[in-house]
Amino acid sequence: MGMKQPKIRSMKYEEFKNNDYLESMVKELQDNGVNVVVSKLDDLINWGRSNSVWSFLLGTSCCAIEFMTLGAARYDMARFGFEVTRNSPRQGDVLLVLGTITNKMAPLMKRLYDQLAEPKYVVAVGGCTISGGPFKKSYHVVNGIDKIVPVDVYVPGCPPRPEAFYYGLMQLQRKMKLEHFFGGVNRKQPKPIDE
Amino acid sequence: MDIKDKISKLVPEVEFKEQGDLIAVIPAASFHQVAEALRYDKEDAFDYLRDIVGMDWGETLGALYYLESTTTHARIALRTETADRENPLLPSVSDLWKTAIIKEREAFDFFGIKFVGNPDMRRIFLREDWVGYPFRKDYDEKSNDLNMTNEVNADVTTEYILNADGTLSTEEHVVFQPEDFVINVGPQHPSTHGALRMRVGLDGETVSRVDPVCGYIHRGIEKMNESLTYPQTLALTDRLDYLSAHQSRHALCMCIEQAAGIEVSERAKYIRTIMDELQRIDSHLLFYSCLVLDMGGFTPFFYGFREREMILQIMEETTGGRLIQNYNMIGGVQADLHPDFQKKVKEFIKHMRGIVHEYHEIFTGNVIATTRLKGVGVLSREDAISFGATGGTGRASGWANDVRKHHPYGLYDKVDFKEIVYTEGDSFARYMVRMDEIMESMKIIEQLIDNIPEGEYRVKTKPIIRIPEGNYSTSVESSRGEFAVFLESHGDKMPYRLHYRSTGLPLVHALDTVCRGQKFADLIAIGASMDFVIPDIDR
Repeated sequence: MGMKQPKIRSMKYEEFKNNDYLESMVKELQDNGVNVVVSKLDDLINWGRSNSVWSFLLGTSCCAIEFMTLGAARYDMARFGFEVTRNSPRQGDVLLVLGTITNKMAPLMKRLYDQLAEPKYVVAVGGCTISGGPFKKSYHVVNGIDKIVPVDVYVPGCPPRPEAFYYGLMQLQRKMKLEHFFGGVNRKQPKPIDE
Repeated sequence: MDIKDKISKLVPEVEFKEQGDLIAVIPAASFHQVAEALRYDKEDAFDYLRDIVGMDWGETLGALYYLESTTTHARIALRTETADRENPLLPSVSDLWKTAIIKEREAFDFFGIKFVGNPDMRRIFLREDWVGYPFRKDYDEKSNDLNMTNEVNADVTTEYILNADGTLSTEEHVVFQPEDFVINVGPQHPSTHGALRMRVGLDGETVSRVDPVCGYIHRGIEKMNESLTYPQTLALTDRLDYLSAHQSRHALCMCIEQAAGIEVSERAKYIRTIMDELQRIDSHLLFYSCLVLDMGGFTPFFYGFREREMILQIMEETTGGRLIQNYNMIGGVQADLHPDFQKKVKEFIKHMRGIVHEYHEIFTGNVIATTRLKGVGVLSREDAISFGATGGTGRASGWANDVRKHHPYGLYDKVDFKEIVYTEGDSFARYMVRMDEIMESMKIIEQLIDNIPEGEYRVKTKPIIRIPEGNYSTSVESSRGEFAVFLESHGDKMPYRLHYRSTGLPLVHALDTVCRGQKFADLIAIGASMDFVIPDIDR
């Protein structure tokens, strides 16, 4: 039986670079067997979810400006199904972290992440969010937001080109398309951890 | 009378340092007296405090004060220090220049210097429970772990008062009165243009007090610079004010070149000046888009980004970067111009001139725009100078402060352009200054683009650049005000202290004065018309 392949309209499956990661994820999900009815329902819901990704923006610096160009006419992100951006965590699916997260901002970012409704995802955009970037040695910069929240997709660059944003968000769509919605990501929200 | 004689007459024990900038070293006891005399001087009042640079000289802690006169544009720097590292006290000059209130808070935050007489001695960038003062040379960078608890902001500010008998007492001021209804705006808010947070006190719908809380994007760039070699420090300037990336880097390159005695070629000067002006148009177009977007208009956003994209493409061809270009280098620029550069720039200017009427038709004359901008958020000329609100904001209030005119650098002394000055000081004037500056920038580029001389685009420099001991400073007119670099070198290959003048910090500080008595909804429009970039404020 061939592996279930997520279909993205604008790009062929083989053209994506890290398919092995996706394949291992599918294998893990299918290990316990899949109910046919539920999996068909999953597919339907995931089709809807992945084509209307509402991003919740946490723009702190340069990457946020580069993200604005995605909303404008030349790069027009509406073509890919993630043009709706929200500024309230109550209305977002994906936390897009655009720009450096400093020590002072970190608790706020954690709180915003906790406020997002499940199923939620995090995209770390730019070198600063991935590792601290050029400010790695600073006394006031978090060296990678994955120390605070789980990250689904990393988009490197300083700032990333608009094409890189697309690639990253398409990778997220592919992940969404493969997940189990029932009994999977649609779980009851765990209580936020209070340190 | 010479400025040196003037100061010597007041304080006979003054010393002058002339390695690089002229600096008058004044004992702390008579500092306030000298500052006051210079501030209210009859011939040449130094009414504009450019910046206060906190310093740690090892044995002493102190500060450098860079002053400028708005009439003659003469500049002078003052230095004062205290040997007490445990409880360092310096006299505050916040009664002479309003901008000192926030600049002294910065020095307190980074160096722990307490300014006696400043009504607001809270931390500004770091958390209020931060331990230690990070810019001191003996600070242990690992002493503060990531603190994930929520920060509680104090509602009182402390003022240190020196009593007549030499003892120190404190007085507390309340930020918000009990009748104020306090609303929190930011740091995660689409209209604060980044991670700025404002606590706004309201009386009904009327703003009674704005208390900006900065530091959510404080990355400690100035401290990092102290462990980087000069060519390495360049990379971080682009990330300060990313909409003035070329100009900020231009300032730092000029400062290092001036100090190390490197002469750049004429071609490099042309390239730098043209790039600076392209960057300015780019920034002003983004200003237009954001202002309109904040006020609820979506179509003009597309207009602004349509033309901005053309500039980004021109820049990308030559520099390889869209938003952050990393283009200026010590001794010139990184790469030569793309062969199509001149053609594309000329095409762009022709296109822009033909299309700018669309911008005005959709927004400038719009009845909603004019009612929400005209007469709203007035900043007087005196306040603009006192706050040090440079750039378009100051020029909209009638303060002619264009560095390109008064302290020309690059090729600005050879080109003909008009300094745009409005006198109304309201949001609409701030908007019009930027729109008119787009036209002036295009005029500058047109004068240069056909005359770029042949030659080297970058002169060879030594692999390791050492700068002779002294203080050096340069300033440029960035897209949103005077951006200045203050460098103190101790003869090493790394700077002893490298400070940047933030263009946005005075603007955020002025928000309180400008917004008082206005409606809460206008706060967003006023903020957008001020045009600040937060990573530049927090550094």
